[in-house]
Amino acid sequence: MIQRVPESRRLSGGSDPESTGDAAARRVTRRSLLEAGAGAAAAFATSRALAQEGSNLPPAVPEWQLHPGAEVLSAPYGQPSRFEADVVRRYRHGLPEPPTRLSSFSLTPLRDLSGIITPNGLHYERHHAGTPTINPLEHRLIVHGLVERPLIFTMEEVTRFPSVSRVHFLECSGNTQNWGAPNPELTVQDTHGLLSCCEWTGVPLAAVLAEAGVKAEAKWMLAEGADAAAMTRSIPVEKALDDALLAYAQNGERLRPEQGYPLRLLLPGYEGNASVKWLRRLKLGAEPFETREETSKYTELMPDGVARQFNFVMHAKSVITFPSGGHGLASPGFYQISGLAWSGLGKVARVEVTTDGGASWREAALQEPVMSKCLTRFRLPWRWDGGPALLASRVTDETGYVQPTREELLEARDARSYYHYNGIQNWRVAAGGAVTNAG
Amino acid sequence: MRDRVGRRRLMLAVAAALAAGAVRAGEPYGIGRPATPEEIAGWDIDASPTGAGLPPGRGEVREGESIFAAKCAACHGAHGDGKPMDRLAGGIGTLRDKKPEKTVGSFWPYATTLFDYVRRAMPLNAPQSLTPGEVYAVSAYVLFLNGIVPEDAVLDADALAKVRMPNREGFVSAAPPPEAEAKP
Repeated sequence: MIQRVPESRRLSGGSDPESTGDAAARRVTRRSLLEAGAGAAAAFATSRALAQEGSNLPPAVPEWQLHPGAEVLSAPYGQPSRFEADVVRRYRHGLPEPPTRLSSFSLTPLRDLSGIITPNGLHYERHHAGTPTINPLEHRLIVHGLVERPLIFTMEEVTRFPSVSRVHFLECSGNTQNWGAPNPELTVQDTHGLLSCCEWTGVPLAAVLAEAGVKAEAKWMLAEGADAAAMTRSIPVEKALDDALLAYAQNGERLRPEQGYPLRLLLPGYEGNASVKWLRRLKLGAEPFETREETSKYTELMPDGVARQFNFVMHAKSVITFPSGGHGLASPGFYQISGLAWSGLGKVARVEVTTDGGASWREAALQEPVMSKCLTRFRLPWRWDGGPALLASRVTDETGYVQPTREELLEARDARSYYHYNGIQNWRVAAGGAVTNAG
Repeated sequence: MRDRVGRRRLMLAVAAALAAGAVRAGEPYGIGRPATPEEIAGWDIDASPTGAGLPPGRGEVREGESIFAAKCAACHGAHGDGKPMDRLAGGIGTLRDKKPEKTVGSFWPYATTLFDYVRRAMPLNAPQSLTPGEVYAVSAYVLFLNGIVPEDAVLDADALAKVRMPNREGFVSAAPPPEAEAKP
């Protein structure tokens, strides 16, 4: 039921280690302990066996202290430790491979991340015709339509505007498909991995639009990508003039190709698809453009057969990331429950956590700074008594919106609506410590 | 005394800043240059429900059938019945079923969206390779497969914009975002 311990973390005794890495691989880490077995007893037994055979444990001096390490500039662009090799994006467990990876997605490994920032190489992906390779010197942004002055910008010109940096989450509206019976094998990467959060640097779109002069009759803005899908979405002008960014950097470096290099739209709080990547064109119009992505896709079919359209905002949602699916609690005692909460309407106001399936709730501590339309890390100390437990979190945002239960969502709509699932996520802790998805 | 010195320093600083090229709020930055009509025309490929943006050209169902067989059927099935990619035809009247069939015919509210999407993104391996006439023809064929236009239909900008899709009234807008009445 629990995910296998990844190869890189599996600890096999026997042959003598030949390299620093192999030696270290035999060491037990706290995380590998927690993930190592299908229960506390198993994990405990494993850890004891390893402790006995490890040659780098005290009182021995670790092997890696007995010779110099890798030289400076061994990796001009640094990489994570090889022992973190399984902390990567991947496809959703249990889903058949898509017909083509040109139009597919990959999931952020939320279970293994700390804080609120998603490393650039782990930001989730969703492309509709692959990731283009764009030469920034030949990239242009055209602003036209219902404007006084149609303008064209080079990347050098875009970056000359006054810039701002803001931390915002991006969530695909297809994130979390818990409409049906829960698959106990899913981890939080599977259930919530179409979610990431970065510091985005760019130009407030309002400044660029002011340069072109938006006409009074302009109510919508078409944003178009320079990818092979020429992705297009219609955005309300109010949003474009409010907090929209033309982003060219994430977490301090230029955008990754998968996130829209060299320029993307960033619409805080909106469904990810609307933040068009590889942005090449903005066209102002009086009406929405009714593109394929806002009619046949990214609309929610309701039980009455009518589809809800332009439902942009990702409403408040939260999820516990520790302990969560695939984890194993080694033994009864103290654990810190930790998770993420966010709202497309503003700041997280409070997060409550239950360990008894909703019979009682306790308020979690929120890690500062709590920012608008941004992931917020929450924590709650917990003493596990070794028995079965059902964990869940519930967020309330600053507008008073409360995250609904799955049952409440199902009352309003069902799997046919597909998008914007933000129900409360439950994780089941078995008596042995195994944690599984409970939907 | 100290206040007065501070104030004087501030005034001097402001004067110096203005002299050094301070930017007044609301003043244009003067960044970028006018986009030429030719530059815009090369990228301005969207088509709206009103028909705005549809290019000159025309295409008929029969021509669309052969283009579809050559360039679309491998992904969408010989008659648009899908697999491995999206089903394009059929499913009309299934949107209230437990398993709705969302196709161009059953779900898409505007025929112009079909043209727009094929023109910009299809076929997957060679987007923007079809001529406007070929896009009209393929659109005509997909609409014919759905029983929306007859077999002898010829589509151009005018005719395409007049096509009324079965699910034209099947959408309700949630925009602009209703902060006050957030729904699950």
